[in-house]
Amino acid sequence: MNNILNQIGIENYIFLSVILFCIGVFGVLYRRNAIIVFMSIEIMLNAVSLLFVAFSTYHQDAEGQVFVFFSMAVAAAEVAVGLAILVSIFRNVGSITIDNLKNLKG
Amino acid sequence: MNTLIAIIGLGVLCLLLEIFNLTKAIVPLTIVGLLAVLGLTISEFNSTESYYNDMIVVSKFSTAFSSLFIVLTIFLVSLSHNFYEKHQSKISDYIAIKIFLLSGAVAMVSFGNLAMFFLGIEILSIALYVLAASDRLNLKSNEAGMKYFLMGSFASGIILFGICMIYGAMGSFNVSDIAAMSQSAELPIWFPIGIVLLTIGMLFKVAAVPFHFWAPDVYEGSPTITTALMSTLVKVVAMASLYKLLSVMNADISESFKIVVVVISMASMTVGNIMALRQVNVKRMLAFSGVSHAGFMLMTLLSLSTSAGSLLYYASAYALSGIAAFSVIIYVCKNRDNEDIVNFHGLGKNNPLLAAILTGSLLSMAGIPIFAGFFAKLVLFSDTIESGYLVLVIVAVVNSIISVGYYFKLILAMYTKEPNEERKATPFVIYAVAVVAIVLNIALGLFPSTVLDLLV
Repeated sequence: MNNILNQIGIENYIFLSVILFCIGVFGVLYRRNAIIVFMSIEIMLNAVSLLFVAFSTYHQDAEGQVFVFFSMAVAAAEVAVGLAILVSIFRNVGSITIDNLKNLKG
Repeated sequence: MNTLIAIIGLGVLCLLLEIFNLTKAIVPLTIVGLLAVLGLTISEFNSTESYYNDMIVVSKFSTAFSSLFIVLTIFLVSLSHNFYEKHQSKISDYIAIKIFLLSGAVAMVSFGNLAMFFLGIEILSIALYVLAASDRLNLKSNEAGMKYFLMGSFASGIILFGICMIYGAMGSFNVSDIAAMSQSAELPIWFPIGIVLLTIGMLFKVAAVPFHFWAPDVYEGSPTITTALMSTLVKVVAMASLYKLLSVMNADISESFKIVVVVISMASMTVGNIMALRQVNVKRMLAFSGVSHAGFMLMTLLSLSTSAGSLLYYASAYALSGIAAFSVIIYVCKNRDNEDIVNFHGLGKNNPLLAAILTGSLLSMAGIPIFAGFFAKLVLFSDTIESGYLVLVIVAVVNSIISVGYYFKLILAMYTKEPNEERKATPFVIYAVAVVAIVLNIALGLFPSTVLDLLV
């Protein structure tokens, strides 16, 4: 396992997860459909999970892989709450486009 | 450690009481329970111990801040009974979520491992998303919840990336190991990147400029008691854990990082105060005032090794005056659909006591003597001058003067305008919370050394 990591190089794992993370960031910033924004947040979190696992192998240390379980559980709880908020918005407004949420300004 | 377990036990108890049809007893029992936990926490004050392979490290810093959080939660829980009058059947949920939020807050100041820190911040934020959107038939509250959720999970992603980079550099999540290794000469570049990302994520949570754009909208839309929770408890928690993160992981921050902190602190104060001048909604105004107070509290990051006491003092002064102010706002804006200053017209004639309390708390935030806010600023400024940032202190003093402008706008509205309608009698609890909070604030102002010397 470590041998493969040596051949590929830890930098490439970092580049991959930074690219995935940025895809997530741009998704959050530019997409207007709430579900797709949620998916983009998941991409951000999963990019980090990938990097955790890579670093875990790099250091030959299991802690990083255990941390991924924490972050997965947290991400699931977060999305559950987010979807609940989205359902109540859908009931009130009848749409899940984020552009509709413009009542608060000043 | 015992504090954390006791708080979570109390939260579960709240949920159990509902099953046994004891909803009326929930608020009093929770307050009694929280007072017991407060006693437990204070009794552990001088013991420094670590539990579960350094997952949790109890120190003076963590017990002092935990006690402050518990006091603030007691106030907020007492206000809940009146605020949720129409939702009595669901009160156990609201209270239990607040208690679990407190457990996240305690975990965030007593972590010894970054995993615990991450869990703490997520417990705190997820509970807060629910509370922000808890008025589910109100479109404003929905919008506030959604905005806070998107911003919060975005910030969590950045924090997680920061933790990952630190792990990559150090190969450990244990903060004392990380601190030991950060002294070595050859650090991978990942470590400073991780620290910067972690700081950015926490600045989102404390609502410092340029990451403050969500604060006014979320504060305005959320139910008033959640706004009170965000602007007092959550702001203090985020600031304390940012302070702890930076101070436990790398004892001396580099000069360029300090320059960034100076710029962010100046920008927060200035933008917060100038935007607050033109607000008509009181919750929005206090949101911008919170942004400027975050700027003041960031000044403590410049002298990390010595300023824990002044951070605790500033945080308690700010949070107590915030609690007093918000309990008056909850009274005035009950059954209204907005929180504009018009609602406060003539409060000085209708209800002199509450008007005086609101005046006192605003004066404390502005930094007028007798109130704790003045001494908090004084100590903070002298700390900052000692560490050699005179320009920052000058900007801060100018900003304190600007802030008097918008606080007095509200005070003048209460005393000089005619009341537009009669108000009904106030419930006892609101009086009690407001009076106790402002009295504690004045007591802190008269005896500053009781808190300032705690963390030496």
